[in-house]
Amino acid sequence: MSTATTNAPQKRSFTAAASVYVNERTSLAGFVKELGRKAFPDHWSFLLGEVALFSFVVVLISGTFLTFFFQASMVEVHYDGSYVPLKGVEMSVAMASTLDISFDIRGGLFVRQMHHWAALLFVAAIGLHMLRIFFTGAFRKPREFNWLIGFVLFVLAMAEGFTGYSLPDDLLSGNGLAIINGMVKGLPLIGTWTSFLLFGGEFPGTAIVGRLYTLHILLLPALVVALIAIHLVFVVVHKHTQYAGPGKTQQNAVGPPILPIYAAKAGGFFFIIFGVLALIASLFTINPIWNYGPYDPSPVSAGTQPDWYIGFADGALRLIPPGWEFVWLDRTWSFNILVPLIAIGIFLVLVAAYPFIEAWIKGDKREHHIADRPRNAPTRTAIGAAGVTFYAGLWAAASSDILATHFSLTMEGVIHALQFVVIVGPFIAYFVTKRVCLALQKKDREIVLHGYESGRIVKLPGGEFIEVHQPLDEYDRWRLVSFESYAPLMIRPNARGRITPAQHVRAALSRWFFEDRIAPVSRGELEASHHDEHH
Amino acid sequence: MNRQKRRTGRRHPLATVALLALGLVFTGGAYAAFSTGTAQAEADSTSQQTIEEGKKLFQANCATCHGLSAEGTDDGPSLVGVGAAAVDFQVGTGRMPMQMQGPQAQQKPVQFTDEQVKQLAYYVASLGPGPDIPADHLTNGGGDAANGAELFRINCAMCHNVAGAGGALTEGKFAPALTDVSGVHIYEAMVTGPQNMPVFNDMNITPEDKRDIITYLKYVQDNRSPGGFELGSIGPVAEGLFIWIFGLGAIVAITVWITAKSN
Repeated sequence: MSTATTNAPQKRSFTAAASVYVNERTSLAGFVKELGRKAFPDHWSFLLGEVALFSFVVVLISGTFLTFFFQASMVEVHYDGSYVPLKGVEMSVAMASTLDISFDIRGGLFVRQMHHWAALLFVAAIGLHMLRIFFTGAFRKPREFNWLIGFVLFVLAMAEGFTGYSLPDDLLSGNGLAIINGMVKGLPLIGTWTSFLLFGGEFPGTAIVGRLYTLHILLLPALVVALIAIHLVFVVVHKHTQYAGPGKTQQNAVGPPILPIYAAKAGGFFFIIFGVLALIASLFTINPIWNYGPYDPSPVSAGTQPDWYIGFADGALRLIPPGWEFVWLDRTWSFNILVPLIAIGIFLVLVAAYPFIEAWIKGDKREHHIADRPRNAPTRTAIGAAGVTFYAGLWAAASSDILATHFSLTMEGVIHALQFVVIVGPFIAYFVTKRVCLALQKKDREIVLHGYESGRIVKLPGGEFIEVHQPLDEYDRWRLVSFESYAPLMIRPNARGRITPAQHVRAALSRWFFEDRIAPVSRGELEASHHDEHH
Repeated sequence: MNRQKRRTGRRHPLATVALLALGLVFTGGAYAAFSTGTAQAEADSTSQQTIEEGKKLFQANCATCHGLSAEGTDDGPSLVGVGAAAVDFQVGTGRMPMQMQGPQAQQKPVQFTDEQVKQLAYYVASLGPGPDIPADHLTNGGGDAANGAELFRINCAMCHNVAGAGGALTEGKFAPALTDVSGVHIYEAMVTGPQNMPVFNDMNITPEDKRDIITYLKYVQDNRSPGGFELGSIGPVAEGLFIWIFGLGAIVAITVWITAKSN
């Protein structure tokens, strides 16, 4: 073992010698020391980003395999592979090569299914990760830019997914592109020109698969990888957030160090995710293109949907009532397409800009490294619930036909119910969530001040009955009292003695945010309550 | 040494077995001949007796809505000229007699024996010319699956889904799943257009093309998906639900497990 000992006085193990050899040429030691000692707080919800990262790695590995065999060409051929119900059918080379991957290349179908399942998991994990960040307020200073990067990654992941969905050139993917073509053409003035630019002529043309392939395997993955790298660097630079607890402050991060415990766990976790995806891919069919057949602009199958992450956009189109398209000034104005596009655009901009909006309303310039419990930020949590309801309504609308058949409902009934969910639902969700949060905060206060109900009834010497309450221990209490309660901002004149309209808006928003609030139990209140109980 | 003498003829040790085999062959053959005979009698669409039996069944079970001589009432259409195929489909799949008025007739357990269904069918056929029950060679799935698949995608998939998993129509109507429908019934549905389905006559889709479509559907029925469980063959909605509930659900359970120790 101990062979390489150039300038070392005593015998060294091979690992040590190799480390020295590498370090003398790269100076990596400082980096490893710094990174290896980073603490990573332990909570299951902190691993959701890792789920996204690891499923992306699975997507990359399986996707690389697929590029060996996929041919992104729309040249027409007659299928001559081993799937009988498509024998002799005219189709593009893209479709034929995808069928070959599925039926004639060893392990091809498994890898194709793994790629697709991993892609669905990738976007789902990003979604759940974003919800975790939102509801715990982990986007607050200094992490606003990282929220923005994560948001861009979410959009890029959807773009990656959609371009991939479109590559096999089967009926389903062609129908998806037909909708995109329709949406592009629905844009006033530039629509038709843009569509011709995109498809290289009249839809569907013979160029789109090749173009999407370049985006799918070159441009988009490069952007995703680069942004993931920046995202992770920021996580290291900012430290990870942690939940409130004894010994956890705004200045530290408490948890196992990256090396060796955390790294070992994360490495194992990667293989678990790889394994789960392999299991799913080997047991469950995904995107059976052999059923869909080659793309042909005339047929559309019942149950034609995009993959789940594009569902909200498809749903938005489905919810628009008839008759929103009219001719004016000799042009067709497609408000049935413009309105959902604008609504989705506004929604996405609000999601991206939320950290900046909240920071401005609060006027809070401090750094925050302790994650909020959702109940302790009632207005934010309620806004989040409203957003989730809006998104979920659109998302469900994409499966309106499946909902109708599987629950024996009428299609019209489903559509009207979901229109209600999308328009009125967010308001209901907002008020209900806000009240629930405030009620939970009141309950927390009650528990801190009086402890848990023990169910033990005691008769006092005077004949009075009381229930003995079990007081909290200090660790539990810490969790319940360490949060901040903001008061609404006061309007103050600026340096020139004026109150600007922006100040008025800000004060109004601040009142909306913090008018109803429950303050954490203070030391004085706590002592007073203990004092009460002793007498 | 009587015992060592080889026994031959009817005393041969295998004689009983041979006799038994002979008996079985004769009985089986006679039964087969007999049952073929009845089958032929049953399929005799012109037999007055079949039509008479059908008429009785019709008047007892169908006349309330369709009228005593199938002329139709406010509750049910006239059946003059719908042909044997329509009756064989509607009654043979359990849609008729209808349980209740609704967006469309629901499938339920078949109410009559095969023989009674045929009797009803030939009674209705005797009222006016209409499509007949198709011949076996058109419905046994012996055609070209690739041609059938293409025709199915162009003509049928928009309602029935590319894999025949069914789909929604307006106002609570729906196109049923074709995953366990017999070839004869598929053919009859195409020529008669039951419920909300359009008629695909022989000018539109030739009998050979119909045979190909049935061949494709039989292929889908008989061959499981090469990729594993189909999740209902209803496309990305099922896939999305699966990955959120089972995929992400399992992984979140694992994250809880991984981080559980430190508490």
